[in-house]
Amino acid sequence: MSPPGRPKGKFLSAQREGDPVNGAAIECRGVRLLAGGRLLVDALDLQADAGSRWVVLGPNGAGKSTLLATLAGARRADGGSVLLGGRPIEHWDAQTLAAQRALLPDGWLDPFAATVLDTVLTARYRLGNADEHGSRIAERWLAHFDCAGLLRRDVRSLSRGERQRVAIATALSQEAPLLLLDEPIAHQDPRHQALVIDELARLQGHTLVASLHDLNAAVRLATHALLLNGRGDWIAGPAEEVLTAEQLSALFDTRIDRLQLGSDSGFFVVRPRR
Amino acid sequence: MSSLSPHRVLAALLLAALASFALALATGSVSGVLSALVDSSEGAGSRSAVLWQLRLPRALSAFAAGGLLALAGSLLQALLRNPLADAYVLGVSGGAAVGAMLALLGGAGLIGMQAGSALGAFGTLAALLLLARRAFFGRLHTAARVAEEASTAVLLTGVMLAAFSAALLSLLLALAPDLQMRSIMFWLLGDLGGATDLRAALAALAILAVLLAVAATQARPLNLLLRGDLQAFVQGVDVRRVRRRLVLVSALATATAVTLAGAVGFVGFVAPHLMRRLVGNDQRVLLPAAVLSGAVLVLLADTVARTIVAPLQLPVGVLTALIGVPVFISLVRRL
Repeated sequence: MSPPGRPKGKFLSAQREGDPVNGAAIECRGVRLLAGGRLLVDALDLQADAGSRWVVLGPNGAGKSTLLATLAGARRADGGSVLLGGRPIEHWDAQTLAAQRALLPDGWLDPFAATVLDTVLTARYRLGNADEHGSRIAERWLAHFDCAGLLRRDVRSLSRGERQRVAIATALSQEAPLLLLDEPIAHQDPRHQALVIDELARLQGHTLVASLHDLNAAVRLATHALLLNGRGDWIAGPAEEVLTAEQLSALFDTRIDRLQLGSDSGFFVVRPRR
Repeated sequence: MSSLSPHRVLAALLLAALASFALALATGSVSGVLSALVDSSEGAGSRSAVLWQLRLPRALSAFAAGGLLALAGSLLQALLRNPLADAYVLGVSGGAAVGAMLALLGGAGLIGMQAGSALGAFGTLAALLLLARRAFFGRLHTAARVAEEASTAVLLTGVMLAAFSAALLSLLLALAPDLQMRSIMFWLLGDLGGATDLRAALAALAILAVLLAVAATQARPLNLLLRGDLQAFVQGVDVRRVRRRLVLVSALATATAVTLAGAVGFVGFVAPHLMRRLVGNDQRVLLPAAVLSGAVLVLLADTVARTIVAPLQLPVGVLTALIGVPVFISLVRRL
């Protein structure tokens, strides 16, 4: 990515200024992220329009999870500001914020026994006791992610892949327009990887920001992409301009080729570095 | 997993509470105490005095102390997401004992001792929160792993504080004059022998009712906190506010209980665990169920403690431990 001395980040296309119909779902202005004193992201300017699907890519420890937690308002940016609906995210109270954005975190705690259904229903907390559609919505999202048969199971008895899909259904049952997903296809077998990506790509009325490690899944899901190298630099823009073999090779410091098969849009192949 | 209907369990617990009250009021060296209520014959007056001045205050105190300890235990277990948490384990009861002991050695009477124990409980909890404040009230832990480590840190700090107060107690015991040894021992093991003040018992019961009501308003957010601070915040819980309230509730509950009954152990541990088996982990049901079962447990234990080797009286803490430990081990073995 950019050598020292040059601006930290760059856009590959001019971003539209506040589209009147869609508008920015969430916006970063000069966001800086630190972890243990290390600079991960610097001067990040980003505007995710409503309905767009952003994929965040970067090596391990590049700050993807930290960025998602910051966008969720769960931690303060170490510089700059995050705006949700034009307001700084730290000015929102927890309950109103819950109606606007949901987050799939990078892990879960199940210290005590609970059924899958009860676990998903925690997403309906913001609606109080008068939530008559809760169970129906929870069951619908569980079915979308191939978890319909798990309804009465104890979450602690699930495999990691199953537990992850329950967590995705939980995030969706919150019915917030902005969805922040930290590695949604972690622990999934090939069939469920495809299923999860397909379901996420078909969501209507949601804005997505998802971190992924699978380059081909990223191509299938993304309308936009953000690359973080973990040293402060970043590249953002429309997916087809950002997700190129050249830039991904530089990002992961390894050789990545794009193979073309017929009329297919092609797929990435990662070569081991010798 | 919940296997029984919550309403049935709560109804059964209420019946058990009434039954154990009747048992506690009817048993003892003086018989026919309950009939004194409707009796106007000669001798009914003294039996009535036994009821109003001895058995009723003591039964109410036992009930309140058990409920308060179970409430504090359930809340601490939920807040720390660890089934091992309890006022006893975290050193709060130990701190209360040190406070009471210092007051006793300083020549204070019963009221001074009670004030000392309340101060000791609050002091220990304050020290715990201060030492582990980053883990407890710091910024949200964005990784599940870190959140788990943080509550382990609070728990470890509490266990160390408990060890420290145990050492302080040994020191004070070594310095204590022999005359006071017996009353000190009883207090340390938890004893309701001094609970003869009806007004104090009623006040403790009122405190229990208020604290349970406050905790119940936080039961829904607490259900979410169980799954992690980050998750709860994302779903709309004001994590710090809920934590602050519930920590205060458990501190007040512990302080009231140790003031009333000394350092009664295992109730805060056994009652929530037992109820978790029966009604599951929904705090809206678990909190009242744990309070009722803890109250019944201490009330029954105290009834046994004052009658089994009559005219001698055993400290109730010995009984709760003797009942609690086997029950607890059998529960853990079936996990």
